[in-house]
Amino acid sequence: MTAFLEVSGLKAFYGQTQALYDVGFALEKGGITTLLGANGAGKTTTLRAICNMVRAEGRISFDGQPIVGRPTESVVRLGVAHVPEGRGTFTTMTVDENLRIAAYTRGRSAKADVQQDLDMVFEYFPRLKERMQQQAGTLSGGEQQMLAVSRALMLRPRLMLLDEPSFGLAPLIVQEIFRILRRINEESKVSMLLVEQNAALALDLADHAYVLETGRVVMAGPSADVKNDENVRKSYLGY
Amino acid sequence: MEQLIQQVASGLANGAIYACVALALVMIFVSTSHINFAQGEMAMFSTYLSWQLIQWGVGYWPAFVIAVLVSFVGGVLIERTILRPLHTAPILSVVVVFIGLLAVFNSVAGTIWSYLIKEYPSPFPKEALDLAGLIGAHQVGVVIVTLVVLSALYVFFRYTPLGLAMRAAAQNPVSARLAGVRVDSMLALGWGLAAAVGAVAGMMVAHIVYLEPNMMGGILLYAFAGALLGGITNPGGAVLGGFMVGVLENLVAFFGNVIEKQTGVYIIGNGEKLTVALIIVICVLTLKPSGLFGRVVVTRV
Ligand SMILES: Nc1ncnc2c1ncn2[C@@H]1O[C@H](COP(=O)(O)OP(=O)(O)OP(=O)(O)O)[C@@H](O)[C@H]1O
Ligand SMILES: [Mg+2]
Repeated sequence: MTAFLEVSGLKAFYGQTQALYDVGFALEKGGITTLLGANGAGKTTTLRAICNMVRAEGRISFDGQPIVGRPTESVVRLGVAHVPEGRGTFTTMTVDENLRIAAYTRGRSAKADVQQDLDMVFEYFPRLKERMQQQAGTLSGGEQQMLAVSRALMLRPRLMLLDEPSFGLAPLIVQEIFRILRRINEESKVSMLLVEQNAALALDLADHAYVLETGRVVMAGPSADVKNDENVRKSYLGY
Repeated sequence: MEQLIQQVASGLANGAIYACVALALVMIFVSTSHINFAQGEMAMFSTYLSWQLIQWGVGYWPAFVIAVLVSFVGGVLIERTILRPLHTAPILSVVVVFIGLLAVFNSVAGTIWSYLIKEYPSPFPKEALDLAGLIGAHQVGVVIVTLVVLSALYVFFRYTPLGLAMRAAAQNPVSARLAGVRVDSMLALGWGLAAAVGAVAGMMVAHIVYLEPNMMGGILLYAFAGALLGGITNPGGAVLGGFMVGVLENLVAFFGNVIEKQTGVYIIGNGEKLTVALIIVICVLTLKPSGLFGRVVVTRV
């Protein structure tokens, strides 16, 4: 049996520079896997390779289908929602429009259907409801991160790729967002691949963890094991 | 006074045409950062198509609609076949391609239909639209048609899911792809719409400037000025800018005349209005480089 998301022998290139040399990991359906690693280790690049945003070689299969070389939008339409580094907000559009773009993509014309998705989003992030007509670029960093996760949710994804959702946010907001991510995983049955600098939080949320170093996986295992590894503790957890 | 109103009104009619062409330029600019120098010649070609149809006995409005549709398809095809392979090409290569397109349309039109000036009919009934002799029926018609087209586009971009997806693709292609938007198709669609709007402008102005392969040259310049004045990154601003340039050029000529009458000194007249209007635009841009309604674009280095 193959896993829900399975990556092996993945190489990725920015022009002539190679960023990934040999990345491989697996993610079970319904699971949360985290990728850890120092700055420049290749975490973002790995997520980009899954969505075909960089030139990649190797094997990536999602739900049994090979997806290397598929255009980004078609990978997305298979049910992979990528919450990118930097959040990718449509800054001059309203929050409402930001959310509806994704709904359009799913090809649903029925208004009621979109409303249902919006209601689901508001249940996770009530704060966005009050901000619907505000220009998205004027939201606070935390609110923009909530919007980015919500935009992904509007795609009704089966897999979410999250690139440092805690970046630049106050600890309280980070905790709130991680609580909601857990709820989304449990209630909406969305599998997650999480990239994080905050290793402690990520290891708490995820069931499996992989550690990247200069474009290679150097360690893998259940989160609990990785958390107790001495090298990981020293390098990423700081004790 | 009456003359002044007359000048403003006919300025609005010219401005409506500049506004359409300015909008066509902006639609392509916001998604590609390129100015389509061939926009005017494409509109000219569409106008010849409609003229040919009318010669073959097709009614004015059916010919108008067919020409708009053919232009839309033509715009899509040009993007798909000629520009798509150039997505990552340096800016200068793209500029060369645009200028090549311009030359091709110009000489093909000249070859098929000759460079002789032709009359082009006005579809607007003289009696119904005569506003107390202030402004001609054709000019009233032009303003009405362009306002209808511009409003339809506004509604399309503002309120339909497809319009939203097109704006998303233009504003942030990477994020749009991640939301599942087929960005390449949106670009092609944008080219089609731009070509269609340009065609409307061409068919509206041909009655005034007469039909010939170089008919859009000056208009493209005015439209470009209007787009820059209003803000090349802002479709609404570009439309307003187009109208403003239209009124401005007439006011320049009007006040030049007034001065000449009162002092006997000739300073500016019809001949210089293009120059003066452009000088005013340049002055505004010096003070506000992103245009009156444009966003300041910060390029990260
Ligand atoms: N757009 C790019 N062009 C060229 N090289 C790039 C680009 N993006 C990343 N790289 C290089 O690829 C390597 C991996 O970068 P990546 O962004 O994947 O790291 P990361 O693990 O996400 O780091 P961080 O934790 O800082 O976000 C780095 O050496 C980086 O310099
Ligand atoms: Mg990164």
